[in-house]
Amino acid sequence: MHLIIALLALALLSAGDIRSSFANEFVPIPTGEFRSVIPEEEDDNLVAVVAFEIQETPVTNAEFLRFVLHNPQWQRGNAVALFVDDQYLSTWANPISLGPESDQKQPVTQVSWFAANAYCGWQEARLPTWYEWEYVAAANEELADARALPEWRQSILSWYSQSGSDGIGEVRRGPKNHYRNYDIHGLVWEWVDDFSAFLVSADNREQGGADELQFCGAGAITMEQKENYAVLMRVAMLSALEARYTTRNLGFRCARDTGYQQ
Amino acid sequence: MNRQILNAPTMILVTMMLSIAQISIARAGDDQVLPPDSVYHLQLGVEDQNGDLIQLDRYKGQPVLVTMFYASCPHVCPMLISTIKILESELTEEERDQLRVMTISIDPERDTAEKLLQTMTDHSIDAHRWSMVRPDHGDLRMIAGVFGIKYKKLPGGEFNHTTRIILLDRDGIQLANTEQIGRVDANFLEAVKTSLR
Repeated sequence: MHLIIALLALALLSAGDIRSSFANEFVPIPTGEFRSVIPEEEDDNLVAVVAFEIQETPVTNAEFLRFVLHNPQWQRGNAVALFVDDQYLSTWANPISLGPESDQKQPVTQVSWFAANAYCGWQEARLPTWYEWEYVAAANEELADARALPEWRQSILSWYSQSGSDGIGEVRRGPKNHYRNYDIHGLVWEWVDDFSAFLVSADNREQGGADELQFCGAGAITMEQKENYAVLMRVAMLSALEARYTTRNLGFRCARDTGYQQ
Repeated sequence: MNRQILNAPTMILVTMMLSIAQISIARAGDDQVLPPDSVYHLQLGVEDQNGDLIQLDRYKGQPVLVTMFYASCPHVCPMLISTIKILESELTEEERDQLRVMTISIDPERDTAEKLLQTMTDHSIDAHRWSMVRPDHGDLRMIAGVFGIKYKKLPGGEFNHTTRIILLDRDGIQLANTEQIGRVDANFLEAVKTSLR
């Protein structure tokens, strides 16, 4: 039964102008350096980012619906518990349609890292790394790195203090940043490829009780620039997640290396 | 994209064929009745210490200890290996014969098959029951995600990583794990013994 509905839906999607309704372009991000809140080395927080491309907006419900129609193994009910928790795509009316609770243009949320990773792979792309995401997130409308501006910090913090109270808005409603990305801040939190590289949790939460033997290799990560509280909140949130978890406020966007040929 | 150049009827036909193909693959998988939380849903090829391409589920059907490590790690990783050996020394010979071990490298660039084989030789590891494997770099985060292991590559080429040993049952379900290194975690040992019964 689901198969027939899925095929019909696919036929409709294919017949329509999918280009305009699903365009979520990749915009170029140039090579550069910036000071990360998660320094690579203890006394040097300068991080180099190699040019890459990242999607304009978070992946929307409509885009993700198209993905699960083409990849039935990622439909709610089919996706195995190893890869998703029991809230996976729970806001959708059913496994293959969105319903009143989920607008086409809203960012998809309740998606696990595995599902986001599979989606980007299907797009011949990948999830951005943390450093790539943080680099893009430093921009406001004019500047590539606006983090020193108190009013910029304040505007981001004010979103964090109100998010979750009412529903998630549609993409592209806010301003474009310096690179032409929308909604890096202000709509949802986003998965990154290497979310499981944050070893901050076990070090900083268990104060004084860090079990050094938990970690192989050199010193643990220390967090810098405590005034960048909003970005540190993202790190704290991501570090608490497991790859199969889904949450109401957590979506993603894809990235790819520069030089990708369509 | 090419897909959009195709006319609509062709597109519908192609997508129907694709969907049917995917569904029949899913059905073939169902026959094995893998539990939904089995790690063997990760159907990945890895290279072992002999340079052979094997599947991650090589030891399916037997209880397995899994850990992630890197061979050039100076301090903790050798302790990780010796911790598994200490655990094994608490088992009877019969129990040990049934247990398998897979250590997965998080540094496939430097941990070549030769390097892994050398590591096994250095630690006098029984290759009949134990594999050291290197995944594709692109699969590492997925494998780490399944086992709840965190790792970060450091600028000098070393890694920070969680030292977790995971016990899988015969179907690949994660029964228990421990992050106690250098000594026997009594609860974990009990779980291993139970899984071998």
